[in-house]
Amino acid sequence: MAYTDKARKQYQEQIEEIKSKGLYKEKRFICSPQDAAITVEYPEGAPNAEVLNFCANNYLGLSSHPEVVKAAHEGLDKRGYGMSSVRFICGTQDIHRELQDRMSKFLGMEDTLLFPSCMDANSGVFEAILEEQDVIIADRLIHASLVDGIRLCSAQYDTFKHMDMKHLKKKLELHSDKRHVLVVTDGVFSMDGDLAPLDEMCDLCDQYGAMILVDDSHASGFIGKTGRGTHEHFNCIDKVDLITTTFGKGLGGASGGCVSGRRELIELCRQKARPYLFSNSMAPPIVNASIKVIDLISKSTELRDKLEWNAAYFRKGVEDAGLCVRPGNTPIVPVMLYNAKLANDMSRDMYAEGIYVIGFFFPVVPAGAARIRVQLSAAHTKEHIDKAVAAFTKVGEKYGILGLDKKGIIDKYGM
Amino acid sequence: MRTIRKGTAMADEMKDMVLEYVIDEYVDEDDDEEIGYDTPLISSGIVDSFSMVSLKVFLEKKYKISLPDNEATPEAFDTVNSICELVKKFQG
Repeated sequence: MAYTDKARKQYQEQIEEIKSKGLYKEKRFICSPQDAAITVEYPEGAPNAEVLNFCANNYLGLSSHPEVVKAAHEGLDKRGYGMSSVRFICGTQDIHRELQDRMSKFLGMEDTLLFPSCMDANSGVFEAILEEQDVIIADRLIHASLVDGIRLCSAQYDTFKHMDMKHLKKKLELHSDKRHVLVVTDGVFSMDGDLAPLDEMCDLCDQYGAMILVDDSHASGFIGKTGRGTHEHFNCIDKVDLITTTFGKGLGGASGGCVSGRRELIELCRQKARPYLFSNSMAPPIVNASIKVIDLISKSTELRDKLEWNAAYFRKGVEDAGLCVRPGNTPIVPVMLYNAKLANDMSRDMYAEGIYVIGFFFPVVPAGAARIRVQLSAAHTKEHIDKAVAAFTKVGEKYGILGLDKKGIIDKYGM
Repeated sequence: MRTIRKGTAMADEMKDMVLEYVIDEYVDEDDDEEIGYDTPLISSGIVDSFSMVSLKVFLEKKYKISLPDNEATPEAFDTVNSICELVKKFQG
């Protein structure tokens, strides 16, 4: 037997070490469709609890939207369950092409290529378009999937301080001797909810002849006045060269992702990106439902407008209650606690109050920057948000942090 | 306000140079962190394993050396002292 006692013991020790560092990810089971109000079994084996979900990427509330579910059924009936193939062999249906065309139009790009996930899109895009003589200059807080993709690519890479345009300019100068320069950023950063200053970044890229790639996974469908994304918000749609995004968040919440942008770059991804070449196509029900999502949000801005209102209403509520909230204007609202144990304890108490939120701490966020990340949804009602604010107020009072700023919280609990 | 906690008699030019680069490259203007030769950089989160590449590029260019990936580890890059030891090793 190859799995020896020695091997088992070593792996058990690794798991114990994760637990001892407080980094163990516990199992939580959702026993209902994904929505603003869900049924949860947590801890494992505990009776089900009815809670309000404030930690999903269900920004537009489309995960269980009746029209999206209906379109998924139709996709299943008309085009079947799975493709049993990667895209380039026999895994591309007419609806894959339609979704790509619809995404290009929606995002204002020349062409689009679907991937099994945005993680796959980010893993594949860099190696497909860059080589040793090129350089990638990335914001230091980009998503882990971009980091992985950059590491898989033979191009050189460098980083700049988070959203620091002076530092980016310095790096663009430093690397001006390279063949191709690609600046990489998230549109909305997932942990802080802050918006990359794409207008300034695009101007710098113009100045230095660099390309720019934006991961808009936490923006597509709702940032910008018609929900096109961060590039619409900053009025620089025609200046962005590549966008990667997901269908697993605002755009329906199932799975799948894409790279959208300059025609030649997309064509090279089609020829060379390994996750495109070696992983299965998006399943037909998801493709059909994603087309419906684009239909819905292209016809009306009602959902993104409601989300915007919900985010502002929640933000004002917790700020007025005296919680320390990172400034911003996206549906990601980080309630800052700085101390990891405090973030964990408060999220547990919030759950007891019927509000499902999670504490984040190092290494997911920088050391000393622990927080509860709250994510709003268009599916939340005013009453849901009032209940969440009331729970935060009650729990915040219990821990004596209402009215305290960063220094006050750190003085009381440490970092 | 950023502050540099330098050594005293033992201070040398390389350590000061690396320390200055680390502060310019990784510490924000408004951070009140005090960084010295023995301050943990990676294990404390001041420098993460992704952005460590900027420091590696700086060292290779400044000291005209090539640091192989198996030597340029997060452990070797954890303090200014350990970084300088690594550089000296490859300076021969």
